Order: sequence, then C-alpha cells, then structure tokens
Amino acid sequence: MSEKLVIIGNGMAPGRMLEELFEKAPGAYDVTIFNAEPRVNYDRIMLSPVLSGEKSYEDIVIHDDAWYAKNGVTLLKGARVTEIDRERRIVTAADGRTASYDKLVIATGSTPIIIPVPGHQLPGVLAYRDLDDVDRMLEIARGGGRAIVIGGGLLGLEAAYGLKRQGMEVTVIHLMPTIMERQLDPPAAYMLKKALGDRGIDIITKANTKAILGTDKVEGIELDDGRIIPGDMVVMAVGIRPNTTLAHAAGLEVNRGIVVNDGMQTSDPQIYALGECAEHRGVCYGLVAPLYESARALADRLAGGSAEYLGSVTNTKLKVTGINLFSAGDFAEAPDREEIVLRDASAGVYKRLVLKDNRIVGTVLYGDTADGSWFFDLMKKGSDVSAMRDTLIFGQSFQGGAPLDPMAAVAALPDDAEICGCNGVCKGKITSTISGKGLTTLDEVRAHTKASASCGNCTGLVEQLMKLTLGDRYNPAAVTPMCGCTDLGHDDVRRLILAKGLKTIPAVMQELEWKTSCGCAKCRPALNYYLVCDWPDEYADDYQSRFINERVHANIQKDGTYSVVPRMWGGVTSAAELRAIADVVDKFQVPMVKVTGGQRIDLLGIQKEDLPAVWADLGKAGFVSGQAYAKGLRTVKTCVGSEWCRFGTQDSTGLGIRLEKFMWGSWTPAKLKLAVSGCPRNCAEATCKDIGVICVDSGFEIHFAGAAGLEIKGTEVLGMVKTEDEALEHIVALTQMYREQGRYLERIYKWAKRVGLDEIRRQIMDDAEKRKGYFDRFVFSQKFAQVDPWSERVSGKDKHEFKPLVVTGFSEAAE
Amino acid sequence: MTWVTIGRLEDIPVRGARCVNTPEGRIAVFRTADNEVFAMEDSCPHKRGPLSQGIVHGKSVTCPLHNWVISLESGAAQGADSGQVRTISVRNDNGTLLLELTELRVAAE
Repeated sequence: MSEKLVIIGNGMAPGRMLEELFEKAPGAYDVTIFNAEPRVNYDRIMLSPVLSGEKSYEDIVIHDDAWYAKNGVTLLKGARVTEIDRERRIVTAADGRTASYDKLVIATGSTPIIIPVPGHQLPGVLAYRDLDDVDRMLEIARGGGRAIVIGGGLLGLEAAYGLKRQGMEVTVIHLMPTIMERQLDPPAAYMLKKALGDRGIDIITKANTKAILGTDKVEGIELDDGRIIPGDMVVMAVGIRPNTTLAHAAGLEVNRGIVVNDGMQTSDPQIYALGECAEHRGVCYGLVAPLYESARALADRLAGGSAEYLGSVTNTKLKVTGINLFSAGDFAEAPDREEIVLRDASAGVYKRLVLKDNRIVGTVLYGDTADGSWFFDLMKKGSDVSAMRDTLIFGQSFQGGAPLDPMAAVAALPDDAEICGCNGVCKGKITSTISGKGLTTLDEVRAHTKASASCGNCTGLVEQLMKLTLGDRYNPAAVTPMCGCTDLGHDDVRRLILAKGLKTIPAVMQELEWKTSCGCAKCRPALNYYLVCDWPDEYADDYQSRFINERVHANIQKDGTYSVVPRMWGGVTSAAELRAIADVVDKFQVPMVKVTGGQRIDLLGIQKEDLPAVWADLGKAGFVSGQAYAKGLRTVKTCVGSEWCRFGTQDSTGLGIRLEKFMWGSWTPAKLKLAVSGCPRNCAEATCKDIGVICVDSGFEIHFAGAAGLEIKGTEVLGMVKTEDEALEHIVALTQMYREQGRYLERIYKWAKRVGLDEIRRQIMDDAEKRKGYFDRFVFSQKFAQVDPWSERVSGKDKHEFKPLVVTGFSEAAE
Repeated sequence: MTWVTIGRLEDIPVRGARCVNTPEGRIAVFRTADNEVFAMEDSCPHKRGPLSQGIVHGKSVTCPLHNWVISLESGAAQGADSGQVRTISVRNDNGTLLLELTELRVAAE
C-alpha cells in the first residue's frame, strides 16, 4: 500500500521534487497536489520573456496535464488550502475539498510585498509574480501609455524591459543610489543603467514613493521630493515575503519563513517545507537553483534516503535580451580582500573578481559572461586560485595545466553528444571519421561529416575534437584558408589582389597558386566580389562565379521557381505602383504576394522563363530591381518621421529614400540593410540593422553593427552628426570601409568585431581625410554599379539564362 | 536509343549550363572551363534542386539550394553526402551537341 503524500502548492520547487521522487521511488506515494492557481506547473523564471512577448504561456509549461495523469498525481486546480489539521492529518481547501496525508509538503511560495503607501489599492497597481499579473500588465500595455515600476532589482528591471517591449514608456523608481545593489557593484550598475537607458527605460535612483495618485485608477505617483510622475500602471517589485500564514496557524515553527532542518523537515516531523516559503539555516531563498538543490534533498528523504541540504551559494543572471550580466557572491570591499578588475570600455566589458585568502568570494561580469559558470564553480568549491591569479580574469581558456585543460570538457563528452546542432552530427561520428579517413583539416572534417558546415557556431568544438583525436598532428594554421583551393586566408588574398594588381579570377588563381583549376563554389563568388570592389571600372563581372540569385536577379525557391521584389524607395509606394503590381500578379498568375520585413512587396512562385516579361511590365511602372537577392544594399526601412508623426524630429522617410537612391546597386561583402527612425521610439527598428539612424532634435545618431538573424545584437553607436548631408557622408564612408575590408559573407557586425569599434569610429568620425577618401571611392564605384539589372535583361542581356537550349519530343508527340 | 541534336557548344556559357526540356523532364547540359560537356537530370538527389542553376567548378556542380556537390562525370554526390543523379550521354561533334535519349524521351519519332 502506497503512503499518502499531499503537497500544498504547485510551483517549480515541488515540481522538481516530484520528478526526482518518481525517479528514485516510483509508486511509493499516492500524490495529491493542492494548487491555488488554476493552472499546471509553469516556469516562473520565464515570466519576463512572456511579458516581453518573446515567449508564450505554452512555451513555459513544465508539466502539462498529461504528466500528472501519467504519474498518477491528483492535481486539484484552484484549490486554496485554508487549514492543516495536524492531529488528524487532514488538509482542507476553501472550496471544501479535503485530503488526508501520511507526509505533507508545504510549498506555498511567497507573496510580493506591496508598500502600503496611499493609493496602493487603486486599480492598476500590480505585483509581478504570476501569470495573472502578466496578463493584466499586457492588457494595460495594449493601450500604450506609461508604466512606473517601483523597485530596481532583478525582477523590477525585467518587468520594465518587458513593458518597454510592449510599447509603454517606462520609468523605474529605485530607493537606493544604484540599481540591483544586492547583486551589482556600482560600476556594473552604472553600465546596466546606461544600457537600459539606451533601450528607452528611464531610471530614477534615490527616489522614495510618497503616494500613488488617482481617483478611480492609477494616474501617477508622487515622490518624497514632490516630483510627480504620470503613469497608467504601477508595478511593485520591491521584494517577496514567504507565505507562512497556513504553517503559522497550524502551530509550526515560523521565523521569516517556515523553519526547516537540513532534511527539509519542519518542527512537525511529518511535515516538510520547500521553496520560497521555507527558511533554512536562517536564509530564505528566492532563486531557482537553491530551491532545486533543496528539492533534490527532500525527494531523497521522502524516498527513504538521508540526504542533507547544506545551503547554497547563489548567482544571478538578468534576462534582458542583449544585456549580459552575471553576479555571484559577495563583492563588498574589505581590508582583507583583493580584487582583480578588467575593463574594456569600447567593447562594453567589465569584469571584477573579489578574492579573499586566494579564493574567489565574489564575481561581477558585465558584457562578457562566458566564464561566469567557471568562476562560480571555483567559488563554490573554494578552490585556491593563487597559481593562476595572473591570468584568472581572462577566463578558463587562458589557463594552463591539467585540471583546467579546456580539452577536458570535450574529452569527457560521451560519443552520442551532439556537437553540430544544424546538421545533427554527434561526437562519435566526428572522431571516428577523423581517424577512419585520416582527416587533418577543418575543411576536410566539414566535407566528410557536415559538422560545423552550416552556421559555424560549433567550429571551436570541432577543432578541439580534431586536436583530441589527432594530437600534435593537428596544427590549426594561424589563418583559416578561404577554402580547399588555397592556403591563403581572405585578408591575404585581398591584400595580394591590390598589391599585385590582379584583375581577373584566372590571374588571381595563377599568381596566388590556386590548387584547383577553376576554384570552387566558395572561392569563386568571393574572388568575384573582391575584384568588383577593388577594380570597379576595369573588372568584368564574372556571372558564372555568382550564386544563381545574383546571376538571374531573383531569389530561387525550393521548387526552382523565383521570387521577385521590386524596389520601393524607403518603403513608400503609390496607387500606380500597386496597380502595376496587381496587374503583374493577374497576368502571370503569381501564386503568392507577400509583404516583406523590409517594407516592400514580394511576388513568389514565378517561373524562370517568365522573369524578363515580369520585369518588363514592372519596369513600365518605373520599378527597378529591389536586389533582395544581393550581397549588396537591400532595403532602407523608414518610419514616417516629421512629415506626419507627432513625435518625429527629422524627415526620416526623406533621409531613407535619399540613402537608398545614393547607395542602391552597390555590392558589399554580405547583405546590407539600413533603417532610419524619426525619433528614439525607433519604429523603423534601426537599432538591429547593419547601419541605422536614430533622428533626434539635435541631429542624427548613426548606429551600426546590429544583427537580427542567426544572432541577435543591438547596434553600436558610431557617432552623432548635425545635418542630413553629414549623415549621408558618414554612412557612405562606413559602407565603403566595410566593402574594402570585409571578408566575403562577413556581415558588418562581424567585421566590426574583428577590426574594433574604436578603430572604425576613429577613421569615420574623427579622420575627415580618411572619410573623404572612402566616400569618393564609393561614389566612383557607383558610376559602374548603378545600372538596373532588370531593364538590362529586358533589353536582351543574358538571354540564354532564361530560355531552354531546346525543347525536344513534345511537338512530335502532338503530331 | 537515339542521338538528338540539341544545339551548339557556344550556346552554353563556359562554366555554365543550359536545359533541355523533354517529355520526361528537364535535362541539364554542362560546359566546363575545358570545354568538356556533360548531361544529367536537372534534379539534385537531396531536395530536387535544379542543378543547372548551380556554380560549375572543375568537373563538379554545386546545387543552388543546399550546396551539395555533384560530380558531372559520375552523377554521384561528393563528400559526406550520398546520392546519385542519372547521367545522360552527350556527344560533341565539331561543336554540335547531341544527346542520347531513349525512344520514349523523343516520343513519337
């Protein structure tokens, strides 16, 4: 006969505890859960991504109904327990449902603290705790308006970011002089405040709320110093209080939380407490890692074991997209402590380690958090770091010696561990192919296993596996060759093309001793670009070395048909243009018409043979190719700006059109997308583009090196200029610098990372002569590039591309 | 089997391809840098990509859809990929190209 286990609360801690318990002792208990929320167990840490719209409720469910059914758990939803009868071992819910227990786990969690200032009961004052809170926030956010978040801690800042993402104006009110003061030291807090400020979140520190204003609903708040901040919503994120009412009423020992011993037992040996409601060795935890650790100990206890929970060292990460922040331990200064600090202002990196007796006691990382878990591990284990003190701050990969061998982690992976996620290649396949086929270069491994052949994120791991398998026989060349046809890297090839005055692909291959007769599909398009860029007036573009899309000026689709995207300057169109598109759609029976992310219209499913006729019709209406297929200038996205918008500060549409008309037709190492926003509200989403402009009253803030594809990255600021002419000149110069230095297929953000943001700013913003040189070379190159490829082909260029050589067999059959 | 004239060598760009439409489907005819000519079905064994639209290099073509490399001589996929494209005999008679098609492919003849 199974024992009866009753759990009050259905949060993450008891969920994890049950998982462990069912694994250790399946069938040992008959489990009943009382859940005050009308839901299954979901991942509360992920509420912030739900609020910001990056995830949905379904994404964050941990245990669905099927899980409870499969494990025979009785889940009573919407059942709030009101009484524990310890004598008779029965719990009773408000709706009258009861259950008797042999063992009871109290996991009632915590309640957000609401500061009892005047007005705190007004509609629109919210906590940030569960999905209901998030739903209410989203409802208010739908109407736009302003939100005030009280509390600049982890939760408050995540809430602020989420509300900002939902389109609200957000102000954070924080009592202390710096935000997240429990997790961050002042420099990191400064950097975070600045980064959030850049995202449009206003943060007021040293501010105490005096009253919440409003009659029927929230209208704003008043601070102690008399300042009044208007708002439609107030979110209180000032802390949590363990829910102990039930335990207290049942006569259990309660301090701040429900007191438990190392076996998670309360003062009644039949009753345990788990999660945020529990107090262990004087500490109430609010983060998930320690709660999971204690859940594991409790599961072992319930399964008959004797595990002990000894407390946890915690670390914090902020879940705000694009901000990397890690903090752990204690980093206050003290006479017996030393610190190691690394700052890199241009890269936005700050790292600080606090040492005591040669051991790490605190870590704050901002910008680059890759080594967070390694520092945290050293700290938890209390490892003596004196031997590696000199290079400690540079992270794990800079440490020598056996115990820190970065290879160890890879060596320890099992053979079935997946290394390449894109192509689903596991470790065993890679190592066995390396030894079986005697592979010695990365390119060979890519060719034979497909590992690291797609996005390349796993290249480092693959190289480590090669080192592991081949030992000293693997010697990663300092330079990665362009492809298997040469030992030279992209940069060397570019330099030699200029130095030796090489002006054709055969000349490059001959002079630079190519190993193949006519290259491959990797090097030929790259060489073609380098030659087009370096010798715009002399080089004859080699169409056979271009990818099909750039050869036929349309985008190939999976079924061999093409899509056609005409240019819409700055995303602006007209009735005549739309009518012409509609006529083409009817005439050629275009199966799908779709609006693109770059503010244009895509016609999909066009037969290759029809392309010239489609272009001819579009050309009559004034359309030219949108070059949606090109490693070149794609779109310039704009908002309506000062022409229409009540917030617009400059004519963003006009500047966008001007940029597009100036720059269209130019080839670049990889695709280039621009945007111009008329005010910092940034409706054109300029801050994730290759190059973006944010207009402000005083001028134009030029941004660059953003990404919103395989990787997501906010832009970096290049600098501020006063006039539209200057904005154009700086953007064009930046583009030319990238054209001249970028490696083929290297997006601008990767190029910028390689050559350094400061170097780019120095050349474009500070060195007028350099800037002028870049600008002039771009303008010269445009003389040869700005030819509409569609009208050229309508006039007969490359006719062979669009017609079959011969059609045979059909006519005879018909006769 | 019968030899069908499809055109002249110079109709195909060097390191390029043209198509021949037949009742049984499209055939790609390739011309390499050395003026050798090859023909095969215009369909990659991976996802039926049109090989005639790929980049021709050496005696191989790279499929435009997912970069599979196919040998023009054997029709076999190279490297880690495995698959086979049916090749078709092609002859170059002083610049005139002839394709060997089955009776069925040239239909009523």
